[in-house]
Amino acid sequence: MNRRVMLVAVAAAVGLSFPAAGVTRANGGTLNMIAWEGYTQPQWVNPFEKQTGCKVVPKYAGSSDEMVTLMRSGGGSQYDMVSASGDASLRLIYGHDVQPVDPSKIPDFKNFNKAFQSPPNNTVGGKHYGISLQWGPNTLLYNTQKVTPAPTSWSAIYSSKYAGKITVPDNPIQIADAALYLMKTQPSLGIKDPYELNQSQFDATISLLKKQKSLIKKYWALASDEIDLFKNGDAVIGASWPYQTNTLIADKAPVKDLIPKEGATGWLDTWMVSAHTKNLDCAYKWLAWISTPKVQAEQAIYFGETPVNSKACAWMDKLSKGSCEQYHANAPLAYFKQIYFWKTPIADCGNGQKNCMDYTKWQQAWTQLKG
Amino acid sequence: MAAGLDAAQGLSPARRARRRVGGALFRRPWLKGLALLAPPVGAFGFFYIAALVVLFVSAFWTVDAFTGELVHRWTFDNFRTLWQESAYRTVALRTVWVAAAVTVTDAVIAFPFAYYMARVAKPRVRAALFVLVLLPLWASYLARIYSWRLILDHDGLLNWSAQKLGLPAPGIEYTNTAMWVVFSYIWLPFMILPVYASLERIPQSYLEASRDLGARGFRTLRRVVLPLALPGVVAGSIFTFSLTLGDYITPTLIGGTSSQFIGNVVYDAVNQSSNLPFGAAFAVVPVVVMGAYLLVARRLGAFEAL
Repeated sequence: MNRRVMLVAVAAAVGLSFPAAGVTRANGGTLNMIAWEGYTQPQWVNPFEKQTGCKVVPKYAGSSDEMVTLMRSGGGSQYDMVSASGDASLRLIYGHDVQPVDPSKIPDFKNFNKAFQSPPNNTVGGKHYGISLQWGPNTLLYNTQKVTPAPTSWSAIYSSKYAGKITVPDNPIQIADAALYLMKTQPSLGIKDPYELNQSQFDATISLLKKQKSLIKKYWALASDEIDLFKNGDAVIGASWPYQTNTLIADKAPVKDLIPKEGATGWLDTWMVSAHTKNLDCAYKWLAWISTPKVQAEQAIYFGETPVNSKACAWMDKLSKGSCEQYHANAPLAYFKQIYFWKTPIADCGNGQKNCMDYTKWQQAWTQLKG
Repeated sequence: MAAGLDAAQGLSPARRARRRVGGALFRRPWLKGLALLAPPVGAFGFFYIAALVVLFVSAFWTVDAFTGELVHRWTFDNFRTLWQESAYRTVALRTVWVAAAVTVTDAVIAFPFAYYMARVAKPRVRAALFVLVLLPLWASYLARIYSWRLILDHDGLLNWSAQKLGLPAPGIEYTNTAMWVVFSYIWLPFMILPVYASLERIPQSYLEASRDLGARGFRTLRRVVLPLALPGVVAGSIFTFSLTLGDYITPTLIGGTSSQFIGNVVYDAVNQSSNLPFGAAFAVVPVVVMGAYLLVARRLGAFEAL
């Protein structure tokens, strides 16, 4: 497409969204986005820009907390969109940094797997603060030669059988993994949701993690750390993401992963729209575009995660044979029921009680756990 | 009168002004010094001191737990948490302890090496040794840490060699011991160079005089060489101690489950909790420790050896 057509398209897009507002034209159809690296690849951004005339300017963030900080910088008007993970989204919603969106304007929304249409990490009080994007489970990864019989339960990383050969992520949200295990194995604690823990439930979880600490080889900070640990034989079992499993298998390492019988935690990313955006029209166009089956499949394969659009499965297999199955993009609803998606722990327990441990407490506990 | 002289010489007004400024500066030497020093001192004050002041001031603020916004209200809460929570004391003590261990190790290794370089080696050997000492500094810090990981790993060079020699595998991967080894390696050149400089400065005649007076080699070393080299050792220790004190990458990549440094807690406070004030409060601790260290170092004459 030549430049003039492009300019006309941009002008048209701006004109459509703001028929009367001349001031906003200075900003044009530019979407300033905070994204995870790899979420705005030319592969699907270029066709979007050509088709809609909206320009995408990404800013990569390194952590959920950085995303929250960036969204709030400059009075919140600096960025139009953010690809927030579940441990950031509630903070943005309750901080009034993002605005509700209307899913009926997203044609592919009806094709989303039911579990991702209104998940609690982006839908509050029936309002959708953004559109779900991609997800992945936090799996149990093990070395098939050293770990026999194959594990079926998270108890493998809390028991002394593999002492000194265990690795788990260095992240406060990891507390939820231990809480989930206790929720299934110690019903007397009354844990209903691994992200909503009152003081006694929280204490029980932390004491489990303290016991686990003596069994751990290393808390991994980077995905590549865990890959090294498994390759070099320093760890034979641990909590992981599918990305590490795929990389290790590609390197011919004898590993396998699974979602144990207790279920697993997982992450779910959401494209959210800033409360102060001046490019709502372009933002909706992006939400619609990123939800289409082909783009969903492209991103899933590029990043090693699972699309929320169930129609993306066919495209995934077309792009890389067997990838739909590999990433569970065609899994039945029951599969998602066993995954507890990350959400920011807040004081509101969701049952009328306000005595749950918030994220600050989680972070402090995690720092003190590592000591 | 000077102006009259200028006019009499038929100088242009611009040159006259320049002369007048030059004359004024000549009569007041302190003014010249001030004008010369103001730009660098100003830049130093602004970029260096100002950052420290901001750090110190923000340590007395807090952050709203939910919105993550700074609360500009003076409070000692951050310091109280640091003091009362035993985990932070453990981290601070571990940091200082490892820094001290690394410093002593480097001093013990560096002294004989620097002595050989300065007083025994021929010029050509000395040049080669210099290159060897400095060579690691040309490679990226991260690359060196990752190569140490290859050495220390479970299936790494160290355990493998021990096994081949029929020895028990040390198995120090991802422990504080590994951290100590890697730190000692990384900062060694910063100890060798100042010790070398101080040893080289000792006049040969002192050693000869010591021998003439009947002192044997060890006594000369203890009574003459060591006291004269001490400022160099202390100067080197400033580097090894402060560099270890402020590091957070080696603990992350080499350390184990109980290897957090002050820097790691600060990093998490800023990056995970967006709690800049708490990070700032903890960062005051190494500044204080280093301040005390420098005071002692000055008394030992380290600044003359730098």
